[in-house]
Amino acid sequence: MPTFVSHPEEVIVLKKRWGQGAADIEKYLELDGYKAVQEAIAQGPEWIVSVMKASGLRGRGGAGFPTGMKWSFVPKVSEKPKYVLVNGDESEPGTCKDHVIFLEDPHSVIEGTMIAGLAIGSKLGFIYLRGEYRYLLKIVEKAVADAYAKGFLGKNIFGKEGVDFDIITQTGAGAYEVGEESALMESLEGKRGVPRIKPPFPAIVGLYGGPTVINNAETIASVPHILMMGGEAYAKLGTERNGGTRLFGISGHVERPGVYELPMGYSLRKAIYEVAGGIKGGKKLKAVVPGGSSCPVLTADEIDVGLDFDQMGKAGTMLGSGGIVVLDETVSIVEFALRVISFYQHESCGWCIPCREGTDWIKKTLGRVYAGGGTKKDVDNVQYLAENMMGRTFCPLGDAAAMPTLGFVKKFRKEFEDYIDGHKAGTPIMTEQQLVGAGH
Amino acid sequence: MSAIANSIFSPEAAARFDKLATIYPVKRSALVPMLLYAQDEIGYVSEAAIQEIAKRLDLFDLDVRNVLSYYSMLRTKPAGKYNVQVCTNISCMLRGGYEILDHCKAKLGIGHKQVTADGQFSLEEVECIGACCWAPAMQVNYDFHDDLTTIKVDAILQDYAEGRGKDVK
Ligand SMILES: Cc1cc2nc3c(=O)[nH]c(=O)nc-3n(C[C@H](O)[C@H](O)[C@H](O)COP(=O)(O)O)c2cc1C
Ligand code: FES
Repeated sequence: MPTFVSHPEEVIVLKKRWGQGAADIEKYLELDGYKAVQEAIAQGPEWIVSVMKASGLRGRGGAGFPTGMKWSFVPKVSEKPKYVLVNGDESEPGTCKDHVIFLEDPHSVIEGTMIAGLAIGSKLGFIYLRGEYRYLLKIVEKAVADAYAKGFLGKNIFGKEGVDFDIITQTGAGAYEVGEESALMESLEGKRGVPRIKPPFPAIVGLYGGPTVINNAETIASVPHILMMGGEAYAKLGTERNGGTRLFGISGHVERPGVYELPMGYSLRKAIYEVAGGIKGGKKLKAVVPGGSSCPVLTADEIDVGLDFDQMGKAGTMLGSGGIVVLDETVSIVEFALRVISFYQHESCGWCIPCREGTDWIKKTLGRVYAGGGTKKDVDNVQYLAENMMGRTFCPLGDAAAMPTLGFVKKFRKEFEDYIDGHKAGTPIMTEQQLVGAGH
Repeated sequence: MSAIANSIFSPEAAARFDKLATIYPVKRSALVPMLLYAQDEIGYVSEAAIQEIAKRLDLFDLDVRNVLSYYSMLRTKPAGKYNVQVCTNISCMLRGGYEILDHCKAKLGIGHKQVTADGQFSLEEVECIGACCWAPAMQVNYDFHDDLTTIKVDAILQDYAEGRGKDVK
């Protein structure tokens, strides 16, 4: 079970009901639950979308696309049914925030799904969790059943004639790629999780060919709170064009790892040194992977940056999924880079060649370097391979593998070269045998 | 009454499968959940399970196999009664995930994707399981164990060996 953490610097919106047993519908109702959706029914779709636009909420799944705008792309009239799809596949290494949302506040996801449905004119929503989250699926399933029993889901919800909404819940069965939105739709249609070509985008042609809104679970869980507090009030908590707060999972070499809710734009340095209690055991900071393993690494000198999509972009990295992984001075970047690419090599779905071959050759080359048989040319080769994957793969998994790789070899080039010369920085963690197994 | 005569599954599972085939806009959507629940019941996805699921969803056996082979949690051979899955991805790696993996290997006397002779335990090195802030972490079947130490792992394995482990399904 997750260990709960809190810190005075936190600004609490999403975490409002955590630790209070709000998975129970009665408790959720007591804590103002299902009020936002009733307001949404009363006010109508245009109002919902305008509040969402004013809130400045940007997708918490990784790419940071403005949620209100995404919803407004869905055609008003459609021959095919429209759908809402909640992405709870949470598989980006370093990310565990949706885990706690499903555990502590599943009704906020349900309520947010309903509001998204009202906004786009959909009558059916799906909540898709990763396969490993079976115990969380059971919590969500119970919450959905309770909402049906209260008449909040099904036909004529909240007694409103003609307002219907259903929710189907399920899990995947182990595949990082299924977190990618088009692969997720394939999986939900009972197929291999292979991505679809875009355009058309899901808002036009999505699940079963119908217009579909896909949002991350945290994005969706934020929605009821935003309607309750008002778009402008939510926006004000964050920075320009980056409204509100978000959950940051701080892990790795910090004293107090955990999921913290911080305003958008909060200082990365303070997040590490104050909120998460600083580097474990008083060691020195070496590097930070700021938003899940696909984000380019920041060095210890680059952490005076605000945690929002735009500031992180300017710093040459990404806010991503909000999973901040902290590396102390003992870490060998050569080894860490190998472990990261091993993951993407393992998870590449194999559909397109630049991703399948690129991840494989980078893994092989870094593996050789790590094992002590590398040449200087290997570092150039890794960079060349990664650069040639960028933007050339069918879905962004290729970029997700190439971006961190480029970050490591560019920012720590000297460490790679010294390593090849026999001067190894850091303390290796993997043994020779484990190295072969990395990424299995 | 099951939608299928002579189901290989228990009456409860068969009833669940009947329902699953009706809730989606398109029947085939029930495939991944069905495969998971079939595996939960049998321990793996058997040939007979593939055939029955194909029949239930009006698919070819080949369609089912094609999907089955994509997902890493699905298997076509039995695992141990308790499948120990140790995460060694970055957050866990930084906090001792590899030590935990090695410890499990030594303790159980098996390697990655192997099963103990008595069939009680199997071991897998897995990618991030979404417990990074409580690393190092592992799952035994569907149950999460966080903030692991080798001492904690010993106690957990002992609990399972003596039938006290939680079995989330
Ligand atoms: C390889 C890959 C894996 C992804 N995994 C996830 C995931 O696990 N969860 C998630 O919410 N989004 C994931 N995404 C992003 C989704 O494609 C999509 O952008 C997101 O769910 C949209 O929701 P948002 O706008 O609320 O962020 C992934 C993308 C890629 C390319
Ligand atoms: S890295 Fe081990 S649970 Fe995420």
